Amino acid sequence: MNLKRVVVTGIGALTPIGNTAEEFWNGLSNGVSGAAPITKFDASLFKTQFACEVKNLDVEQYIDRKEARKMDPFTQYAMISVEEAMTDSGLDLEKIDKSRAGVIWGSGIGGLKTFQDEVTAFSSGDGTPRFNPFFIPKMIADISAGFLSIKYGFRGPNFVTVSACASGTNALIDAFTYIRMGKADIFISGGSEAAVTEAGVGGFNAMKALSQRNESPETASRPFDKDRDGFVLGEGAGALILEEYEHAKARGAKIYAELVGGGMTADAHHITAPHPEGLGASSVMKIALEDANLKPEDIDYINVHGTSTPLGDVGETKAIQQVFGEHAYKLNISSTKSMTGHLLGAAGAIEAIACIFAMNKGIVPPTINHFTDDEVFDPRLNLTFNKAQKREINYALSNTFGFGGHNCSVIFKKHN
Amino acid sequence: MSNIAEKVTAIIVDKLGVEESEVTLEASFTNDLGADSLDTVELIMEFEKEFNISIPDDQAEQIGTVGQAVTYLEANVK
Repeated sequence: MNLKRVVVTGIGALTPIGNTAEEFWNGLSNGVSGAAPITKFDASLFKTQFACEVKNLDVEQYIDRKEARKMDPFTQYAMISVEEAMTDSGLDLEKIDKSRAGVIWGSGIGGLKTFQDEVTAFSSGDGTPRFNPFFIPKMIADISAGFLSIKYGFRGPNFVTVSACASGTNALIDAFTYIRMGKADIFISGGSEAAVTEAGVGGFNAMKALSQRNESPETASRPFDKDRDGFVLGEGAGALILEEYEHAKARGAKIYAELVGGGMTADAHHITAPHPEGLGASSVMKIALEDANLKPEDIDYINVHGTSTPLGDVGETKAIQQVFGEHAYKLNISSTKSMTGHLLGAAGAIEAIACIFAMNKGIVPPTINHFTDDEVFDPRLNLTFNKAQKREINYALSNTFGFGGHNCSVIFKKHN
Repeated sequence: MSNIAEKVTAIIVDKLGVEESEVTLEASFTNDLGADSLDTVELIMEFEKEFNISIPDDQAEQIGTVGQAVTYLEANVK
């Protein structure tokens, strides 16, 4: 089978450090932290009282009030980031074959706020079930893809991937695969998440997954630092327009990068703990390299999952050393979650965009908040601590791993 | 306009995102005010909440216009 080539022709981002792709990159390259005390609810009784929230967003500037009311914030974020990506792509909706255009979106949880609000209202009532008719269609994770198809008229494959923090990357790989196989020409892809709610923070707190550094939110996300104490919950969305190469070329589209390979594996080990030797993580990077027909030496930059948890960061670096051997020391490695926090199902999407910018600008975004070395990490690894580094990047790899033991890697190639 | 009619109008304006001037007694939720079946269910629920009554399904199905809602509520709200 002759596989088609897949390129990125539009990007959009709504993140804790910038509400457009360009602002997001400015934040990343300048080492800006998006963490601050939680404003969405009173978190004073919670173990963790800060998060990486989206800031200064007036939803009604983007979405009609009547429509916005029927959307959970995770769908609103999807609509806003996709609008930016679609405009950026220059796609003419009158000219494309919309039966060959689809939406594969990612969300780890879906409408958590909607679920929380409806169940809270029910449980504080007299037992009479007065659920809002929009409860279910607002809450279900796939509704984001549904709304996007309605807005743009895309009638091709349409669904949402749910693999926790790997969801965004899963979505990209699925869209990539369908285009590669000739099943569609265009996909809106990426992911969104809006879990900064009482249920989200309380739930992750109960797992001891979140940093509790309340006295210093902006330094709390510190991947690979000796004193890392968990991830910082983030929210937002990243959108990528994936397009078949000849289709993009024929319409003279601006091409950001080529998506050249993807891998998906499972740890088959534990519901939340990563495999201690990073088995799933090493196999997924190997599979992505094979898929892209590349050698480990071809990779210049790895945007790691690197959530700033005590165990996760260790397994991932072990896996990188296993897969890349001596070349591991020549790589630039960084965790942009040190700045954005962990956007769960949107993480893979915004980190793919980070990789694309890094290649096109020749700048590796840093792992900020490095204070104290941890001897478990090989000091010969270049983890791009604290300041962005200049580097020509031809191939960038992005890892995301999710609760449930899901692992995903994608590889982007610089487009010349 | 009765107090009930005023409240009904305010709910419809809020939920359906329409102009107050469009909310006439003859206006049909679906044909004139752009409501779909879920919007209509939500409106009935909002009326129940606002006026603290319970509208049985078979009667809710008979409420298709602003006027029908106002008439029903005026007859049933204590």
